[in-house]
Amino acid sequence: MNWFIVHFAQIVFYVLAACTVAGAIGVIGFRNPVNAALSLLGTFLSVAGLFVLMHAEFLAAVQILVYAGGIMVLFLFVIMLVRVRTIPEEPQYLRSLAPAAVGVGGLLAVLVGVGLWAAARTPIANPAALHQVQGISLGNTEAVGWNLYRDYLLPFEVVSIVLLVAMIGAIVMGRKEAGKEGGA
Amino acid sequence: MKDLLWLIPLFPLLGAVVNGLVGNRRGWKHRTTSAVALIGSGLAMAAAFAAIIDWATSLGTHAVHANRVFTWIPLGPGLTADGLLANLTIDFTLRLDALSAVMLFFVTFVGFVIHVYSVGYMHSESARSYARYFAYLNLFMFAMLTLVLGANLAVLFIGWEGVGLCSYLLIGFYFEKEWCASAGKKAFIVNRIGDFGFLLAIFWAFKTFGTIDFAGMQALITADPGTYAAAATPIALLLFVGAIGKSAQLPLYVWLPDAMAGPTPVSALIHAATMVTAGVYMVARSNFIFALSPTALVVVAVVGGVTAVFAASIGLAQNDIKKVLAYSTVSQLGYMFLAAGAGAFGAGIFHVFTHSFFKACLFLGAGSVIHAMAGEQDMRKMGGLARHLPTTYWTFVVATLALAGIPPLAGFVSKDEILGKVFTAGVGDLNGFGSVYLVLWVLGLVGAWMTAFYMFRAVYMTFHGEFRGGHEAVHHLHESPSSMTWPLRILGVGSIVAGFVGIGKALSFNLDINLFEHFLHPISPALEVEHAPPLTTEWVLIGISVAVAVGGILLARRFYWGPEAFQRPRALAERFPTLYTTVANKYYVDEAYDRALVRPLAGLARFSWKGIDTVAIDGTLNASAFFTEIAGDLLRFVQTGNVRNYGLLVLAGALAAAAWLLL
Amino acid sequence: MITTTHYLMLSLVLFTLGVVGMVVRRNFITVLMCVELILNAANINFIAFSRQLGDLTGQVFAVFVITIAAAEAAIGLGIIVALVRLKQTVNLDQVSVMEG
Repeated sequence: MNWFIVHFAQIVFYVLAACTVAGAIGVIGFRNPVNAALSLLGTFLSVAGLFVLMHAEFLAAVQILVYAGGIMVLFLFVIMLVRVRTIPEEPQYLRSLAPAAVGVGGLLAVLVGVGLWAAARTPIANPAALHQVQGISLGNTEAVGWNLYRDYLLPFEVVSIVLLVAMIGAIVMGRKEAGKEGGA
Repeated sequence: MKDLLWLIPLFPLLGAVVNGLVGNRRGWKHRTTSAVALIGSGLAMAAAFAAIIDWATSLGTHAVHANRVFTWIPLGPGLTADGLLANLTIDFTLRLDALSAVMLFFVTFVGFVIHVYSVGYMHSESARSYARYFAYLNLFMFAMLTLVLGANLAVLFIGWEGVGLCSYLLIGFYFEKEWCASAGKKAFIVNRIGDFGFLLAIFWAFKTFGTIDFAGMQALITADPGTYAAAATPIALLLFVGAIGKSAQLPLYVWLPDAMAGPTPVSALIHAATMVTAGVYMVARSNFIFALSPTALVVVAVVGGVTAVFAASIGLAQNDIKKVLAYSTVSQLGYMFLAAGAGAFGAGIFHVFTHSFFKACLFLGAGSVIHAMAGEQDMRKMGGLARHLPTTYWTFVVATLALAGIPPLAGFVSKDEILGKVFTAGVGDLNGFGSVYLVLWVLGLVGAWMTAFYMFRAVYMTFHGEFRGGHEAVHHLHESPSSMTWPLRILGVGSIVAGFVGIGKALSFNLDINLFEHFLHPISPALEVEHAPPLTTEWVLIGISVAVAVGGILLARRFYWGPEAFQRPRALAERFPTLYTTVANKYYVDEAYDRALVRPLAGLARFSWKGIDTVAIDGTLNASAFFTEIAGDLLRFVQTGNVRNYGLLVLAGALAAAAWLLL
Repeated sequence: MITTTHYLMLSLVLFTLGVVGMVVRRNFITVLMCVELILNAANINFIAFSRQLGDLTGQVFAVFVITIAAAEAAIGLGIIVALVRLKQTVNLDQVSVMEG
């Protein structure tokens, strides 16, 4: 019992990590896209938990709100929309491209890992700094907000325009009129 | 005027440009074109005379007056082959001295006269052809005047090339006819061979002397003859190669008879009076180089002498009136070089001077005959034309007598002087080649005999006896218009009096009135002042040459005149058929050249075309195109249209980038 | 003790799975979901280093990444809708117009 309490963080990490990976494997594994979507949802929630573990509470909340609550819903909507008549249950082709893809992807992962391994040599700093605003401990959300609206105001504005453009684009592409279709 | 020498070639150049660019396009009337051309060459003549008078009166005839028109190749100081410092700059400089004055005089005068003649002769051409003809003729005058006035080998070479070009343009004037175009090409190509030698000479001279200015070279040689004696022989020989090409000596004479394809005034101007004499002029200009090299001198003399006899022998059996005159020109040029080779540069130039008058007169007369015969040139179809063409006949006879060397006409004075100088060189053992010169003197006499013979053969065949040309042609026979007969008269008079300026001591009973020789004395003092032979020897020599000439005339009369005309020569030809056909076919020289040179070169050209160009070069291009095609075929597979393939490729690209960045 | 390395390993695995999934799956929607996986892996990376360095920049950046992911998902799904309207399929192998 004592060991359990002492290593609580580690246990939580491993559990969450396992859930994340399991969800990822589910995404690429399930034939049925609805199953894949739900698996992705699980991944997102696990990642949110990991964010909390890393003292990024605000981001965890954002993750759940936007990813799980927004994007996943969108995915499910579209799956339902195009699913009924159009998507046959297709077998998964792990034959033709899969070996190449796995090989290449693995190689890429190894390379990236090498780089990151080298980068991760510095010791961990004080995590309390993540909750501080100019030395005053207020909480992660305030700290992120303080950073966002002062040092990163321009990217913030630009991203909001990107969202606007995306919104317009999605509406335009999704319209029912014949002459205005984009894509493919 | 003597400082504006550049105006002299400029006037005909302007005439050529106006006629060629404007008259040719707009199709001017004949009057306008001929007016422009006559103004061009007439002003050149006037400017030349003014310059000569100005020069003679202000500086005296011994002076050398140079005009630097502009700096052409500014090279600055540099080292010659021997390590001497020299100023290597080449200027465009024109020079007026006694030699160029002589050349200038008769080139512009005879040139102008022939321009006048051409107005009548070419009147049946279309407006554009007419303009083209006169443009070329004026352009030729420009080039020839540049040649004559050049103060260094480079400017001379400009004129040299220019006259070669104009010769090609004018020989091939009727270029629609295949044989005329070929004749033009032949002239240019054979000329080019000579020009190659000339260029090598220029380079060698520049390397040796550090300058190619005549005055400069002469000064260097006079100051220190020993240093340059070794280089003088190759330079002189190479210069002579150029002269062989331009002045149609053995073995590069073959273009001149074919050049008769051009209009007759062209033959008169270019291939009798001016262009072909450029070689002699150039040798005379460079006499100080030749004087240093006995080998070169004797080579010049031998080539000249052999050519004189060789060409004369061919002329014996020709039936085309222009061909006879062509071979006669080659032969007379041989005499000029013979004189130069014997050190008598002045006598050679004198013969150039007199020859221009009577040979031009002969050619123009032949043109008049051809004009009357409506284009027929074969003498076997002529005869008895004296009645129909009196002016032509008399001027032709006068010029023929001059050419044959009958006193007191011009040709006699100059030819006799040449033979006399050659004999003196032989007897005086010039440079140790005395026996050679004596043999050449004998050859000169043989040539003179042949000259007299074939020229009077031509006279008798053309103008005497019965007309053999057929019924319709008789009606066409008429004397030429005055634009053609006046030049004939002028040149005929010239043939008589031109000799009077150069009468040697013997003829003038020891009075030293050889104006010509004195005029040209400063040009080549070294060799001219040689042992003058005693008077009696000179009289004997004169007697021999006149006897030879008269003998030739009489034999021609026996063969070709009177009721028994043509019988003896025909009998002779039948007795020696092979000899006759060989001579009549020009000793098959053209055929030999064809076999030995033209065919192999044509074969080489064909191989270069079929073998190298088509197979190697085109093949390489086609192969590269083929490989590009194959590469395209292979790369095509990258763009499958399959989205997942593209995704895989993106992944591979990201892998490559990551690897490059990290490793 | 959970070091940064652990998180990096996790993000690596997630990333690899996402990449492999992108290439292997034929359903366009599933491919888009794999893209989200990749973006999440990147986010984990950012936050891990933010924690290690004590710098909030990583978290701010992760906010941006999530935002862009949302935009991209929206447009991608819009494309799918248009594609279905055109080709009546979301099978990537069947949407090719070129003849290979």
